[in-house]
Amino acid sequence: MPSTPPEPAAVRAVPSSVELFGWGRTAPSGADVRRPTSPIELQRALPTSFERGLIARGLGRSYGDAAQNAGGTVIETTDVAAFTIHESDPNSDTVLVTADAGASIDRLLHALVPQGLFVPVTPGTRYVTVGGAIAADIHGKNHHLKGSWCNHVVSLHLQLADGSVVEIGPDRDPELFWATAGGMGLTGVILDATFRCPRIGSSQLLVDTDRAADLDAVCELMRSGDHLYDYSVAWIDLMATGANMGRSVLTRGRFASAEEAAPKIGADPYKYSASELVSAPPFMPAGLLNKLSIRAFNELWFRKAPVERRDEIQSIPTFFHPLDMVRGWNRIYGPAGFLQWQFVIPFDATRTLFTIVEEISQSGCTSFLAVLKSFGEGNAAPLSFPAGGWTLALDIPAGVPGLGPLLDRLDNLVVGVGGRIYLAKDSRVRPELLPQMYPRLDEWKTVRERVDPNRRMMSDLARRLGL
Amino acid sequence: MRDALGSVQSVLVLGGNSEIALAIVDRLVASRCKKVVLGVRSPASATTTLNRLRSAGVDADTIVFDALDPASHTKVIDAAAERMGDIDMVILAFGILDGHAEIDTDPVFAAQVVQTNFGGAVSAGLASAVQLRKQGHGTILSITSVAGVRSRAENMIYASSKAGMDSFSQALGDALIGTGARCVVVRPGFVHTHMTEGMKPAPFATTPDKIADTVINGLQKNKEIIWAPSIMMPMFLTLRHLPRFLWRKISAT
Repeated sequence: MPSTPPEPAAVRAVPSSVELFGWGRTAPSGADVRRPTSPIELQRALPTSFERGLIARGLGRSYGDAAQNAGGTVIETTDVAAFTIHESDPNSDTVLVTADAGASIDRLLHALVPQGLFVPVTPGTRYVTVGGAIAADIHGKNHHLKGSWCNHVVSLHLQLADGSVVEIGPDRDPELFWATAGGMGLTGVILDATFRCPRIGSSQLLVDTDRAADLDAVCELMRSGDHLYDYSVAWIDLMATGANMGRSVLTRGRFASAEEAAPKIGADPYKYSASELVSAPPFMPAGLLNKLSIRAFNELWFRKAPVERRDEIQSIPTFFHPLDMVRGWNRIYGPAGFLQWQFVIPFDATRTLFTIVEEISQSGCTSFLAVLKSFGEGNAAPLSFPAGGWTLALDIPAGVPGLGPLLDRLDNLVVGVGGRIYLAKDSRVRPELLPQMYPRLDEWKTVRERVDPNRRMMSDLARRLGL
Repeated sequence: MRDALGSVQSVLVLGGNSEIALAIVDRLVASRCKKVVLGVRSPASATTTLNRLRSAGVDADTIVFDALDPASHTKVIDAAAERMGDIDMVILAFGILDGHAEIDTDPVFAAQVVQTNFGGAVSAGLASAVQLRKQGHGTILSITSVAGVRSRAENMIYASSKAGMDSFSQALGDALIGTGARCVVVRPGFVHTHMTEGMKPAPFATTPDKIADTVINGLQKNKEIIWAPSIMMPMFLTLRHLPRFLWRKISAT
């Protein structure tokens, strides 16, 4: 009797897992990573099983776990990166650009600047994608005048969890549009977007620098003069204590005209080059950044800044993206990684800003230069971070003893005055604080319920915060 | 999910009456942890702990876990995942400590100690790893012992079983690289607990609370091996390389 071969055991297709980090390199997780190379492939990249959901990922510049999805699917969009600069009336202030979600500000600038255009908003790095810019509703040095990225978006295509594609904008399903703005990718996969880009007079900036002896001085400078500048930000030394507490270097500027830029760059006012000059070494020992080394760095940096300088010509990379010159600078924090804590509190809570700066300075917690900026009003997005007030962002090595309780205490101060922290930077906030920080969270959840009732869009951040 | 500072939101303790593990759980609960499942041989033994955790607002439960029944370990992990959702951390905290000379003449009991401490850690560790791989994240916290670094004549069964567990846990951690899951080894020195009651304390003897503080600190720093107290590292890295005649003298005192 012929023997029957046994039924072959069902081979379970185990997706190849890739470990993904946020920029802070703290809590990685494994996911099935897909990398579509065309808009069609991107639309077809939705998984067949959504057991652990899906999130889109750009260049991984979120500090925490926003673009990770443990055990689920992650779609990396950076290979779908085409864009079009639309024809426009030469007299209009802005030009429309349509870009795939995976297009980076870096790539956009290489095309835009030579044509006398800039991006509406740029953060401190040009390595962010258009999709990420919308999902985090990013802000930059011009927030006090121009608001955040999504204020400049005219329309976008969003693929919903059921696979359908919708076109939305501030005047087309505004609820879904504003839920997607700052929605951390949880309303669907952003495919492309059309946004307004401003014209510039040259590729150079006219920069004024002021050194402020303490926190009072820098706040006063910003209050009295920020409206005179298109771009403004202060770098603040949070390790300085006593009379030096909050000492800062304030840099403010605007784009120079062709004539103003000519002495520095010659005939072509739109000459633009931006590249990474050096790479951080692939492995860094723990503890390289310690109290002593960071304190010394901050001291040097403060002293080298001029007390007051006017009309200095600076390039776009120097003024906007100084850290981009070092590729992989996030590795200098060693195996424990680092986190960024960024909050905003209303102007009438300036006293709390002082308390927080004092607490951080006195805790002796090691922090490289932090960034202080005054925000303009926020927009209509329930989860968008910026709101009128002071925002402070600081990088801290994750291994600092007592850091958890310190930040929990500071979170309470922020919430106590109606402030909030930035989700794109977050990697550790207590989930129960979220409804207080974002009082319109329920509004956002209602829209999400409409477009993704089965919670197919999922990230580690969403799991951690119960979003 | 684990956060940037090593805090987790759910934890499964296998060996749910371990004083060291419970001291760690207390600290996790004080931070972000909201769900705890205690794996114990008899659920009645954990009632006090359970009530204490629940009154602190923790969603806590017990589950029957027997280290000597490897066939049940996958079911235990599955049941815990069913109860909690994602398991952010599994603490392998069960074990038998033989401080008694009689064990040398009781091969059956000695084998049982090895089956519990080493065999149980292997089967429970592997069963946990399957779940954590599927989740794409999670930490196996494997509590071994400095005794496993170099066995003494006096505690040869315990020490060699912990050596096996330690060696297995390190390799498991290596096997999990790239999956999002990981295995962290904790090597405590002599700890004053009911397990060590009546035994002569070794140098740098410490308490479960101090061990737990060191563990939390090590998790925050993303360490792969946590020596507790940290002085154990230089001490045992020296001791393990001593010539045997010296080691015999020192370890016998």
